[in-house]
Amino acid sequence: MSGMGTRERILGALRAAAPVPTPDSRELEARINQHHAHGVLRTASATQRADEMERVMTSVRTEVLRSDAASWPALLADKLVQAGVQRILLDAATAEGAALNTVLPAGVQILPFSQPLEAWKDALFSTVDAGFTVARSGIAATGTLVLAPDAGTPRTVSLVPPLHVALVYASTLHADLHAAMHAERWGAGMPANLVLVSGPSKTSDIQQTLAYGAHGPRALWVVVVDDVVEDQA
Amino acid sequence: MNARPMQFVSPADFRERVSGALRNQALRTSMRGAMDFLQTKRSTQFPDADELEQLRDLGEAIRQHALANLPDLLVQFEASLQSLGVHVHWASTADEANAIIHGIAQRRGARSIVKGKSMASEEVELNHYMSERGIDCVESDMGEYIVQLADEKPSHIVMPALHKTRADIGALFERHLPGTPFTEDVDTLILAGRRALRQKFADADIGLSGVNFAAADTGTLWLVENEGNGRLSTTVPDVHIALMGVEKVVARLEHIVPLASLLTRSATGQAITTYFNLITGPRRAGEMDGPREMHVVLLDNGRTQAYADQQLRATLQCIRCGACMNHCPVYERVGGHAYGTTYPGPIGKIISPHLLGLGETADLVTASSLCGACAEVCPVRIPIPSLLVRLRTEANRDPAQQVDQPLRGQGASFSRGERLVWRFWSGAFARPSAYRWFRWLATRLRAFTPSSQLGWTRHRTPLVPARRSLSDLLRERGQAE
Repeated sequence: MSGMGTRERILGALRAAAPVPTPDSRELEARINQHHAHGVLRTASATQRADEMERVMTSVRTEVLRSDAASWPALLADKLVQAGVQRILLDAATAEGAALNTVLPAGVQILPFSQPLEAWKDALFSTVDAGFTVARSGIAATGTLVLAPDAGTPRTVSLVPPLHVALVYASTLHADLHAAMHAERWGAGMPANLVLVSGPSKTSDIQQTLAYGAHGPRALWVVVVDDVVEDQA
Repeated sequence: MNARPMQFVSPADFRERVSGALRNQALRTSMRGAMDFLQTKRSTQFPDADELEQLRDLGEAIRQHALANLPDLLVQFEASLQSLGVHVHWASTADEANAIIHGIAQRRGARSIVKGKSMASEEVELNHYMSERGIDCVESDMGEYIVQLADEKPSHIVMPALHKTRADIGALFERHLPGTPFTEDVDTLILAGRRALRQKFADADIGLSGVNFAAADTGTLWLVENEGNGRLSTTVPDVHIALMGVEKVVARLEHIVPLASLLTRSATGQAITTYFNLITGPRRAGEMDGPREMHVVLLDNGRTQAYADQQLRATLQCIRCGACMNHCPVYERVGGHAYGTTYPGPIGKIISPHLLGLGETADLVTASSLCGACAEVCPVRIPIPSLLVRLRTEANRDPAQQVDQPLRGQGASFSRGERLVWRFWSGAFARPSAYRWFRWLATRLRAFTPSSQLGWTRHRTPLVPARRSLSDLLRERGQAE
């Protein structure tokens, strides 16, 4: 443990040299807001954002399924069965988890995350095929899911199984990261973990050659549920 | 691991290593390929020059605001972390940082630490310190894992194994990973690395990571990565330790948005990386995973020296994207290992003198043509060439000279002879009569010019004054001097 001496020495050295503090950063925030105000997707319709989300995510080897509230569970269940998924982490207490639960055939086992990670770490790492999450929102410009893990769907659901399946509602798609942060008021309170996911795990660490499935999920499926009313006309 | 791994090369032996690196044709070829790749990737991310310049202005302003308020922001950041239940530690030196981390490991009875990518941990030589004390540190970033297996250091701050070919890595994996036949297929190699490391995440007692950005207002650590090893290291083990330089903190979470965009686009030419992992404290009540104990170690290790000087403070604006090295003609030719420092390339040349002192690093600051490419691409507009000139000045300053904020190793390259020559030269230049006299003498005595002129003639023909000076020639043409 470091004593107070080190802290005071470092802060003292900084204070001795620091210019007059300028704690008011409103001008800086105004510049940041100004820079992002003209982002290309700021004026786009929800459908255009969903299209862009699909385009960008597909470009990094994410499988995007466009569907609607009524038909996505059956569509996804079929796809899971075809992929040979036998054990999937899923929170049946959520509306989406329950909807998927009812249509999955008996051959696919639903695993709730009902005990702390340390109680079943090895099983989680070695026996689970897929994890299902519902994204808090999405970011169209970068093809990004905003995940806010909670007690029912903890962080490792989107991290440890080789397949991550995420559902995102088209109405929650923000234009860009700046818009997402402001609309959701991240600065006012953050969960212990907020994860932005923009594709399956990847690396270019061997001779700049892109390879997927480094340590995180090797595959990412994203179900974009079209729940936008005003664009239906 | 060897008892004396290669990290203990000295930056002071830079010149010898440079000669070897320049003769290494394989290294030259692989560096050229990597630089072309990274330069192209970056440029495709910035198609709109106006947007780029505006964003760089913004990045510079955000970092300068953070530095201007740094002591207050650190106090605020510490309070934010503590209110979340995070233990905050302060380390003046590499040894102090290592001792703090070792203390945590001892208290927890830890045998193994799995590491996300952290240049700060490279800087303090954490792996070596821990292994001497019986604690196994496993690098989990693929590039870091590769250089750890090879018992080397990263040659690039973003792409640690940049200097290795796929054949090198195939042979390395065949030697170190049981049941892995030689292959040059990258997908197969990555799969082998994934398999080798997977159990390490589940077994490790502690996860250690670096930090890309930190927000003082929310106490959030913002980690940027593609592989997921950083998320695994900071989620699966019961203890998470984050090691970060004191300069990483910014005032508000929203300030990170432009910086993160500049970082990923400048570093690897990605609009965003696969994961932005925003950590705000340890596991909360009712949650099922995430570390139950969390520590943040704030590292000085020479940063306050850079901070103390108004000009050199700009060094700390750095967001560690590596664009400066990706565009540096020197780095491209000698590779990262020649520098002998944790941070190679242009940023390494301006930060290392503060971490290690000019005594070790005085040669590094001379290894630049001052072409300015680094400053042109720097996303936060660090004026690297002028900082290099300044560091050269400090390296050549009389060690006895009293200055306000002396740099460690001031005068490491100082020579009385050289100072005399420059004094004579500036004196002659400042007085027209003296200069005319010198010119007359130099053109008459040119036959006596020595044929060996120290460093100059090692690679070049000797300098000999012209028979007639420019002024003489102009006068003959009837043009005024």
